[in-house]
Amino acid sequence: MEFKDYYKTLGISRDASAEEIKKAFRRLARKYHPDVSKAADAEQKMKEVNEAYTVLSDAEKRAAYDQLGHGYQAGKEFRPPPNWDTDFEFSGRGFSGAQASDFSDFFSELFGRMGGSARHTQNRTRGEDHHAKIMLDLEDTYRGASRSLTLRIPRVDNNGQIKLAEHKINVRIPKGVHEGQVIRLAGQGGPGMVGAPAGDLFLEVHFNPHARYRVENKDVYATLPISPWEAALGATVKLPVPDGWVEVRIPEGSQTGRKLRLKGRGIPAATPGDLYLVLEVVLPPATTPKAKEIYQMMARELAFDPRKKMGV
Amino acid sequence: MSEEISGVSLEDALLNLDELAASCNVSREWVIKHVQCGVLLENTDADSDPTMWVFGSRSLIRARRILALEKDFDSTPELAGLVADLVEEIEYLRKSSPTKV
Repeated sequence: MEFKDYYKTLGISRDASAEEIKKAFRRLARKYHPDVSKAADAEQKMKEVNEAYTVLSDAEKRAAYDQLGHGYQAGKEFRPPPNWDTDFEFSGRGFSGAQASDFSDFFSELFGRMGGSARHTQNRTRGEDHHAKIMLDLEDTYRGASRSLTLRIPRVDNNGQIKLAEHKINVRIPKGVHEGQVIRLAGQGGPGMVGAPAGDLFLEVHFNPHARYRVENKDVYATLPISPWEAALGATVKLPVPDGWVEVRIPEGSQTGRKLRLKGRGIPAATPGDLYLVLEVVLPPATTPKAKEIYQMMARELAFDPRKKMGV
Repeated sequence: MSEEISGVSLEDALLNLDELAASCNVSREWVIKHVQCGVLLENTDADSDPTMWVFGSRSLIRARRILALEKDFDSTPELAGLVADLVEEIEYLRKSSPTKV
């Protein structure tokens, strides 16, 4: 287990005042806020910042950490000495099991006992609900999908210490879920106390970016490339869609940007969304003498001015 | 091999007041206060009976976001609600910017 330098995480000195700690936390909370930050590791950074603040903003935890961490450096291999916390009378307010599952093993090893003793005083308390995000591919919502998830569940061992145990579950994702929707898994959250039921696990659904499709609520958008003659004369074209293949009729006289709606072929929710094909006319390259000749002929014969409306 | 657990979308089984409060680890008073000041369930009559309120995916995500903003920045419910509105708007705009094949 690596030693974590919480002062370094918050970028403050070891003699920082409570006000300085709060200020540093807020600055970093703003910087790494997962809804705003563009940094790839923002979520992980935010967890570390939260963990550091949980310890340093609590006078008892901070005092214990300071005594224990004396002489250690971040990243250094660390084992707490046995009974290191006997001199500290923790009041037990502190962190929840839901938080603990986000925190490091280092935190859990040091402060697990505090949470444990606090929870033991409660009778028949239902387990805490846990929250996580799940990334799906668009195709998953058309077919329904199974996902194997590894969760870190805090469990109280025989010594009253909270330990993080890895818990693997297989989850059936219902067909028709859409971005921003939450899936509830009953009984898969934190364990209950004294025989009380476990909490639930809530999974917030997000889709991986797709090379061909864009999702807006329950509607799905795709660009459909077509040739100039298909656009001008009309055509029937075959193309892949998330749930198979379709043949669509391109109306004659179509232009780039025209939307064709395939009703009910969007996300298959109770009220299904629609699939929109956005036409994009693609010109053949004029790289051969033959192609050039055809373009020259069109220029001569069609007398076409796309800028007519601009009054040029 | 462990058994497969079926997930249920919140839209098929909406949360009641106590379930939302438990899920966010807050009191039911916290939820009632935030509905009454208009940052949760915007289209619900704030004077209606709270035991009749139901909450879907968006309400749960919003409640957790507002709670985190209040905790991290000592924000008022109204300011946290405004930030939550802006985050939702940005998410919508990002999703609706067209991508090419």
